[in-house]
Amino acid sequence: MCNVNNMVEFRWHGRGGQGAKTACLFLAEAAFNSGKDVQGFPEYGPERMGAPITAYNRISDSHCKVHSNIYFPDYVVVVDDTLLKTVNVTKGLSEDGALIINTHKTADEIRKELNGRYNGRICTVNAEKISLETLGKYFPNTPMLAAAVKVSHVIETEQFIRDMEESFKKKFPTKPRLVEGNMNAIRKTLEEFEVE
Amino acid sequence: MPIRDRKSGNAAVAYAMRQINPDVVGAFPITPSTEIPEYFSKYVADGEVDTEFIAVESEHSAMSTCIGASAAGARAMTATSSAGLAYMWELLYIAASCRLPITMCVVNRSLSGPININNDHSDSMGARDSGWIQIYSETNQEVYDNFIQGVVIAERTRIPVMICQDGFITSHGVSNIELIEDFLVKNFVGEYEPDNYLLKHENPLAVGPYGISPYYMEIKREQAQAMKDSMPVILDVGREFNAMTGRKYRFFEEYMMDDADVAIVVMGSSAGTGKEAVDRLRAEGKRVGLIKLRVFRPFPRRPLAAAMCKVKAVAIMDKAESFSNSGGPLFSEARSSLYDLPYKPYAINYIYGLGGRDIRVEDFYDIFKDLYVICENDDPGDVYRYLGVRDSRYINEEQRMIYEEYHPGAARVYGKDKEAYEV
Repeated sequence: MCNVNNMVEFRWHGRGGQGAKTACLFLAEAAFNSGKDVQGFPEYGPERMGAPITAYNRISDSHCKVHSNIYFPDYVVVVDDTLLKTVNVTKGLSEDGALIINTHKTADEIRKELNGRYNGRICTVNAEKISLETLGKYFPNTPMLAAAVKVSHVIETEQFIRDMEESFKKKFPTKPRLVEGNMNAIRKTLEEFEVE
Repeated sequence: MPIRDRKSGNAAVAYAMRQINPDVVGAFPITPSTEIPEYFSKYVADGEVDTEFIAVESEHSAMSTCIGASAAGARAMTATSSAGLAYMWELLYIAASCRLPITMCVVNRSLSGPININNDHSDSMGARDSGWIQIYSETNQEVYDNFIQGVVIAERTRIPVMICQDGFITSHGVSNIELIEDFLVKNFVGEYEPDNYLLKHENPLAVGPYGISPYYMEIKREQAQAMKDSMPVILDVGREFNAMTGRKYRFFEEYMMDDADVAIVVMGSSAGTGKEAVDRLRAEGKRVGLIKLRVFRPFPRRPLAAAMCKVKAVAIMDKAESFSNSGGPLFSEARSSLYDLPYKPYAINYIYGLGGRDIRVEDFYDIFKDLYVICENDDPGDVYRYLGVRDSRYINEEQRMIYEEYHPGAARVYGKDKEAYEV
């Protein structure tokens, strides 16, 4: 944790190709747009599709000097629930924070799988269903980003929606359907997703 | 008006390059510096700059391109990392000895092996004797600011400049940055108008001739002189930059040093993490400080020694191993700078962060704890240590014990007489 006002720290777990790093950078961008001081950084290793990857966010009201990885996050976002078998995703996670996970399973089932390793809130998102309905393809990162914002309250929801529309327009200037699809994915997640 | 933005260190350097609009960029991609020529080539394709962008087939050619362009009188720049810098090796010396003011962003990464793509300073530390100015950056803001200053420093001193930033940590980390307006940057770097150059019509110049023995040594002596003379220039450019932006740049930054008992000397992004440790220990009433070295070449020997003398013990941090069996490159030079002084603090070395090994706030606590123990015992113990490693931290413990056996108390000589020399 960094010694500045209202610091919120996120750790993202995903697999190469799922867009966890992109979601991490989008979260940094959205928080920046709401006036925050941000850090968004991935942890790099030998990169290949499907390999476990980690990315981090620090979001605060004033400049954070720390340049290390995050060992005691407030929130952990898991973009792929098969990672539970191989990665200790809740390591150091604050019990006052939450585990936000993309899965078909219920929070109770996930809690059983964690086998007592985490006693805080568990928020489940069926990102596959949302993604297929809105984008027609499986891109779990956009729903997970929306869920992370909703659970953590680091950004006002209305402003987040406006900012993301701008960001997607910039990222996909020639693909208006992708902008629309991603925006629908965000809205759907914000509406359907229940925070425990 | 400064522009509030967020950018990765690589994007910030490419943005600075767009604002500078150099004549020639020759580059070859290598992780983690790849994004710099990648983003810059987009500015070229979009017509935002009129740079001649040359996508060469190797770093050897990238530096050759810059040398050719710079010799011909053009403003040239590039970026590289790790093995890419190593592949430029012979050209680095050519650029420096020909006094060609090339600016290069080195995105610091380890050298293999074992094969590794993550951050440490072994690439630029290996190139420390090539005759280039070396400036290290803590944040994306600093690498942006340093790069703009680097162009001016290079052209005023006619010494090529490496602006270093930590690979991935700042190069790929997106965070807030205050950008400078285009016209201010253009005004700051000005037009490049060298007095003499290869293709000067009225007075053409030969560049890079054979230096026979009767001349070679004088050329080297002049290079050494130029390196010394670059010191006031670096400070001048820092002052001018301060007038434009309000941000301070000197040889190093002293953080909470005025009343400190012990201190850490460190370069690059880890300085930020170290400052956080200082803040928290200060909140507990511990008088600890930090010196962040910005300019490694030329080495600011006297001012750095004076700053280190404010404390009783310093830990000098090296993100590179030099296999000298007596500590890393920064340690050797920083410690040597203390030799002529009547009072000197204990100076120990930590090799840390090799190949991307993370350094946390808690690691800095450990170092400060060690420094307090040294002060208490009046004994530095083994000065050559490793931080955050699973094996023993001490390389020379056995040697030290043998030395102690033959020269009992010798390691404590400084301690005994220290009071007498206290300034």
